[in-house]
Amino acid sequence: MTGTKSILVIGGSSDIGHATALRYAREGWRVTLAARDLEAAQRNADDIRTRSGVEATVQALDVLQTGQLAGFVAGLSALPDTVVCVVGELGDQLRAQTDPELATTIMRTNFEAPSLLLELFAQAFEARGSGTIVGVSSVAGDRGRASNYYYGAAKAGFSQFLSGLRNRLALAGKVRVVTVKPGFVRTKMTAHMKLPAPLTVQPDRVAEDIFGADVMKPRDVIYVARRFWLVMTIICALPEPVFKRMRI
Amino acid sequence: MSNSGAGASGLSGWGNYPRVSTELLAPQTPAGARDHLLARSGVVARGAGRAYGDAAIGTQSTISSRGLNRMRSFDAATAQLTVEAGVTIADILAAFEPRGFFLKVVPGTKFVTVGGAIAADVHGKNHHRDGGFGNIVVSFRLALPGGEILTCSRSENAALFAATLGGMGLTGMILEATLQLLPIETAWLRQDTRVAGNLDAAIDQLESSASTTYSVAWIDCLARGAALGRSLVYLAEHATRRDKDMLGPDLAPFPSVRTSRLSVPELFPGWLLNRASMRAFNELYFRRGAAHQGKVRLVHWDPYFFPLDAIADWNRIYGRRGFVQYQCVIPQGRARRVLAHILDRVSRRGDASFLAVLKLLGDASGLMSFPLRGYTLTMDFPVTETLFAFLDQLDALVVDAGGRLYLAKDARQSRATFESGYPGLAALRDIRQQTGANTRLASHLSARLGI
Repeated sequence: MTGTKSILVIGGSSDIGHATALRYAREGWRVTLAARDLEAAQRNADDIRTRSGVEATVQALDVLQTGQLAGFVAGLSALPDTVVCVVGELGDQLRAQTDPELATTIMRTNFEAPSLLLELFAQAFEARGSGTIVGVSSVAGDRGRASNYYYGAAKAGFSQFLSGLRNRLALAGKVRVVTVKPGFVRTKMTAHMKLPAPLTVQPDRVAEDIFGADVMKPRDVIYVARRFWLVMTIICALPEPVFKRMRI
Repeated sequence: MSNSGAGASGLSGWGNYPRVSTELLAPQTPAGARDHLLARSGVVARGAGRAYGDAAIGTQSTISSRGLNRMRSFDAATAQLTVEAGVTIADILAAFEPRGFFLKVVPGTKFVTVGGAIAADVHGKNHHRDGGFGNIVVSFRLALPGGEILTCSRSENAALFAATLGGMGLTGMILEATLQLLPIETAWLRQDTRVAGNLDAAIDQLESSASTTYSVAWIDCLARGAALGRSLVYLAEHATRRDKDMLGPDLAPFPSVRTSRLSVPELFPGWLLNRASMRAFNELYFRRGAAHQGKVRLVHWDPYFFPLDAIADWNRIYGRRGFVQYQCVIPQGRARRVLAHILDRVSRRGDASFLAVLKLLGDASGLMSFPLRGYTLTMDFPVTETLFAFLDQLDALVVDAGGRLYLAKDARQSRATFESGYPGLAALRDIRQQTGANTRLASHLSARLGI
């Protein structure tokens, strides 16, 4: 039934991108992985093709070259049914505080570039009259914290962009927008960090929930793990005079 | 996945004994693994951590292969699959069983990595017919301590290929392997259960069914006297489409695998494993098994090959001090008398696992492979003050009979026991010298045994 559908993953060299593409491929979806690191993306595509038996290809894309985004979308051999953007970079917060160039890169990678690219897909999907846009944001965008506020601020911007885009497209009802807010995920990005086990999930859990929110039971905003919704609700409810003295 | 995860708390094998500190490295690509290998000494690769003892713990550093978890390619025409070393047997079966392919050799757990399966040359219930895991390995890519990456097969770097099968990671780090898959018609096994009243009867049964693909005997370790070695012998073949249609016409040829798994709590209370409860369990187990005697039934491959995988972290039932799995092989001619002697000693001691496994093995596939033509006996012992002296006595019986112990299970055998059991050792040492592995690759096992 879904055999002819296709998914494009932006950030296809990442662990969450790999897991997400594989989840869709297991249901017969054709996969394209777009990434700057083509060798890593090819390794993921080979894995997906071998495990699922479906077609998996790679496409070069550096999202920070924002002038080339329109050409990338126009140049796709076929518009995918679902586009998932998992582009993100945690960056080094301490260094970013004294290195404006790094701070700029963190903000551009997590907010500016994904937003500009997904707007282009929104327009192409609108013109076609169908499609799902999945943006992987972060719980870090729900409230700014000392430990990662460049990353958090950019993710906050991305979450708001997705919210507005969903609001714009909902009236016509043809194109859906899903916001995904992972908490702690065991990936290359977090390999150096000590993460609290009860709140930490594997990339394939994020993939499962993305597939669920897109295909199985449509939803607008999902937290992974789900219990993070409660954690963030509490954190967001703390009065600023209290929150500003906390180290969480 | 942390870069220094094993520092303070230490790293152990599946038996939770011994636990030692080592630097744990978690590369995410084969190239990253090779770079770690090049930069370290006192280092060894580690797969899923399913070796029981100290085989996959580097004396200084340990390189996890878990990040090397990508499949590379599958050729449907030849049924050859290429995967990175950290891909597990469970991963392969999940992807290929629904497409009608199996692995011709699988060990007792599907949670081992391909790299680990090669390094230990693991065996299954069909070793007497089909040999070890090495027999389904077409080739692999091996990173040497100097950074060179070699393709090894029976025709290319053949000596290194043979030394790596069962070589416990001491020749280099396996990065990638090509395996020969086995086409199957259904996911089912056609199983036949036989009751053997004692050890002789069990060995007779295994001997007379040597042409059966899969055979294994589960021994009741609590039985004594004339019933010593009382067993259930399970014989099985892959069910053909016709077998399935006859025995289970309503069953799907490839049903979806259940994912739910029981889990053992962090600290399993030891008193639950007392002799009264074990005796009651064994009695039930044997009565249930005996009720199936003579009836051929269909069993799904998952519970057939991997019964303990249904209980996650079953190794925790032995508590903090851990346990040792004792697995020896005795050459065929001496097996009856020596195994009876061992079983008698074990049943008198009284703290072994309540079930032991008896299997017929064939010839070794690699230089350091564990199997030899004979019978292998496996059982678990909780680590206690008196255990090692007792196992030394069993070792003496094994050595005297020309047998040996399985390195993937070992945590405590002496150098003398090891050297008498593995005639390939000298050739392995030569190869390690040639590649520079002797000064760079070292696990706690290799240091303990002087490899």
